Amino acid sequence: MDNLGTIGSSEEQVELMDVATSFCRDKSPVEKVRALMEDVRGYDPGVWQEIAELGWLAIAIPEEYEGVGLSLAEVVPIMEQMGRHMLAGPFMATTLTAQALVAGGNEAQKSTWLPKVAGGAIATLALTEKEGDWNLDNVTAQATASGDGYALSGTKQFVTYAQDAELVIASVILDGVVRLALIERSVIADRALRREAIIDETKRSYELTLDEISIGADALMDADTSKAALAHIDLAANLLQSAEMCGGTQAVIDYTLDYLQTRKQFGKVIGEYQALKHPITDAYISYEKARSHMFSAAHSFANQGRGEVATRMAKAAADKAYSHAADRAIQFHGGFGFTHDCDAQLYRRNAIWNASQFGDAAWQRSKLANLLF
Amino acid sequence: MAAPGASKPTEAELTEYSVQAQAWFKENTVRDPGFMLPLTFMEVSTDEQFEFLCDWQRKVYEAGYLGASWPKEYGGGGLHPDYQRAATRAMKDHDAPIMINAIGIGWAGPLLLDIGTEEQKQKYIRGMLSAEDIWCQGFSEPEHGSDLGNAQLKAVRDGDEYVLNGSKIWTSLGDRAKYMILLARTSNNEGDSKYAGLSFFLNPMKVPGIETQPIKKLTGEYGFVQCFFTDARIPAEGLMGSEGDGWKIAMKTLEYERGAKVNLAGGYFLKELDVMGIVDVARRSTRGGKPVLDDPIMRDQLVEYMIDIQAQNLNNYRRRMPALVQDRPMGLPLMSKLARTEMIRELTEFSLQFQGAKAGYYVGDDNAVDDGYWHRSYLNSFSATIGGGTSQVQKNIVAEHVLGLPKGR
Repeated sequence: MDNLGTIGSSEEQVELMDVATSFCRDKSPVEKVRALMEDVRGYDPGVWQEIAELGWLAIAIPEEYEGVGLSLAEVVPIMEQMGRHMLAGPFMATTLTAQALVAGGNEAQKSTWLPKVAGGAIATLALTEKEGDWNLDNVTAQATASGDGYALSGTKQFVTYAQDAELVIASVILDGVVRLALIERSVIADRALRREAIIDETKRSYELTLDEISIGADALMDADTSKAALAHIDLAANLLQSAEMCGGTQAVIDYTLDYLQTRKQFGKVIGEYQALKHPITDAYISYEKARSHMFSAAHSFANQGRGEVATRMAKAAADKAYSHAADRAIQFHGGFGFTHDCDAQLYRRNAIWNASQFGDAAWQRSKLANLLF
Repeated sequence: MAAPGASKPTEAELTEYSVQAQAWFKENTVRDPGFMLPLTFMEVSTDEQFEFLCDWQRKVYEAGYLGASWPKEYGGGGLHPDYQRAATRAMKDHDAPIMINAIGIGWAGPLLLDIGTEEQKQKYIRGMLSAEDIWCQGFSEPEHGSDLGNAQLKAVRDGDEYVLNGSKIWTSLGDRAKYMILLARTSNNEGDSKYAGLSFFLNPMKVPGIETQPIKKLTGEYGFVQCFFTDARIPAEGLMGSEGDGWKIAMKTLEYERGAKVNLAGGYFLKELDVMGIVDVARRSTRGGKPVLDDPIMRDQLVEYMIDIQAQNLNNYRRRMPALVQDRPMGLPLMSKLARTEMIRELTEFSLQFQGAKAGYYVGDDNAVDDGYWHRSYLNSFSATIGGGTSQVQKNIVAEHVLGLPKGR
């Protein structure tokens, strides 16, 4: 098992963890989270601006494109704290789209878009279709040569924060091969976007109809790099999700512990009862395991082979820990747990959302079985 | 190149040391002595097992790969702990046998180095490392397993001696040990808490009035004894600290056992379960004419266990990285025994499911898969989920000391 990788942390990672811990706590108290749930945009543009100014969007972008030149390992602690405080916004979507460009864009595409994204331009991915297949190569949307460029057709789902994005990168088929297409928001008519009702009310997601959209000849990534980019996005997304989920798991356990330490029934603080004490301890142990996997995945991410195993283990462990902890959080809050006012449901819904995107624990395990055996 | 020292080694120094250690274990590790080797220090049941493991520990110690970071003046190597970690790594890499003197170097040794007198350190440490002096532990009593604080074995001061009466149970190596760390009651004042009257002794085992009786384990093997103390007289200088300090000191030793402190002596007392060994059983076993490893449900479950095992390996790295355990620094150390032992129990139980009808065989039948290794491992796994504080008690400890939940009344 030694070849499965280990843990390491960089100085930058630890510094970012400290900064992100206080930033997310200050900018995203739960009252704010709940207020933004009612907001159409769903996030605070002022906070987004601050995030851009902190340079967090530039972290994993190479220096030659006005990035910081670090890696996703340094983005992980930020994502973890965002998950812990449910800080809403297009950070993950934008970071992943930048990764798609880094992995698959040509020189012109990278030099056009990466500096913008590093500076705070919102970008997002349009990969999922109506089958809801986690296999990102399974695409039916089409690009067809038309004039000097391509006409697109088909429908994409779960395009997060598309309303505010300056760039959407969509997967389409051209001549039987999957390609990634760069679509500027300005060519997307408002009627092409429909806001989806999603399980996680702290996020925003849209269905995107491609049928009236045309793009230029230079807006497709190559066939080879598109494939590589999709594989990279899959893992990068799972890495960042495992971080968001670990943060959420920590928060939901802390939230439940508060209740167990104060709520009294039958003359005792309920945290004294082992029927509650032992399962919350199980949830905590599961959380610490998931967090170790998260750091391991961050550390090993760039390593061919080992990175994929570590990342899929991290997502599987995070899903298991988060889903269980949040499920028990609802139950342990009793009648209050059944209400929308109880925060337990926020975490449970967040866990379901993250499991639903890019593959849940069982999907990761089936991938792992083929990698390990 | 400078000789290795107590200061943190450079990468080059550590590499050089590791290469030597790796070579030594490669050359000296005996994998198959011709009889079944115990997987844990709690399973030593025959003379040949005992003698083999004592010889092995002495050999490792004499080569400098055990106690490498313990003080030189007491028999250790006086090196920085990184050296010992490299040596222990080499042991693991070569699947070397366990260190038998677990209570000596894992519990009593760290305790003596921590709070022992100069004389005690001089007297005991070297013999622990060389396995000439085997140690055992006398905490649990027949009526007081989990509730250690209620121990009733009596120690009454009589001049330069204490007179002991009572019984201890679940004593690994109790019939072979020269010394026992012993929790005994020196007073029983009404109104005092049960903990107040406890004292902690370094107790010589080979004295009149101490008798041991082997306990046959659920596996059918031996390894534990019950110890009977009948007017046994031991020197009063065996008392650690003062009368009444027993509980505090016992809790300190449990910290070593539960992994809350780094085990500076090195080595390991339990063989790590090799998950790839289980994968291999799944590959060799068939069901419906196909390898069990092709069964999607079995595969999924195996992956789940591999994720779990890897998590615990990673936890062991992470606990030494303060930046990555800021919120609850005691969490990983205090959960480690609970998490690891429960996982091993589940995994070994799972390994029986692969075997089809052959899971009906046991040790002693030629048809048993791997000579019954997996059955034995599963049944023995309970020694770790029960011994040293049951998993249920461990959960209370994590809940109370890490998560801040109130103690039940």
